[in-house]
Amino acid sequence: MTLLVTVFAAVVSTVIWYQSTAAREMKVGVLCWLFWGASAMWLVDAIFEYAELQAEYFTPAAADLLNDLFLGLSVIALALIIWLVYVLFKDPKGVIKAALMRKRA
Amino acid sequence: MACFLVPATEAVVATVVTKSMELKDGSAPASASSHEAAVSEKLPFTRKLKWLTNLLWGGSALLAFEHVWHGEVVPWFPFLTAASDPADTAEMLHEMSTVGVSMAVLVTAIWAVMLGVAHVIENRPASNGLEAQ
Repeated sequence: MTLLVTVFAAVVSTVIWYQSTAAREMKVGVLCWLFWGASAMWLVDAIFEYAELQAEYFTPAAADLLNDLFLGLSVIALALIIWLVYVLFKDPKGVIKAALMRKRA
Repeated sequence: MACFLVPATEAVVATVVTKSMELKDGSAPASASSHEAAVSEKLPFTRKLKWLTNLLWGGSALLAFEHVWHGEVVPWFPFLTAASDPADTAEMLHEMSTVGVSMAVLVTAIWAVMLGVAHVIENRPASNGLEAQ
């Protein structure tokens, strides 16, 4: 479930990055790297788990499914926070710099 | 258990290699070389190497969070819960050598495919598709 959630996040962020110049300016590419990197790694995890559990892998317990969904959503939240900190630090539109200058003046 | 440490280690190595190549070339940092890339029409290799480090750091960061979630990484020494018991340590090392190495190999393979695709796009004629419509 975590893999699935992350793959969807990766696809959505990549489509947004590809379509919008404003998104690229807002460093949405950072989210693409985060989600695709994690998706690739969780895919390996899933393959090893499938090799161990076989068909049982596709019928997880409801509690495990819910926990994995919760984890997936938390991972998205963390990635968004990393992206936000990066954007605020890089300040691509100069908003923070302008605000600081205004305060000094 | 600690499989993310293998791609994280590769990320450290790739970052060091990228930085040393940038220093050697005397070029601007890879992230700031878009102008240079636009002028030459071919991306410098350091920028392509940055794709690998981005994938590795991104994936490792989110996987580290997952390990914290599952209680396998803790904020106190020895930081890995499996490291406090010899049997668990052996299992952890086995997982790192199988799952962790596979993760690093897959991410590197994806990067290799990206290099191939980038090479094809770089060598594609500039006027493509639109004239045919």
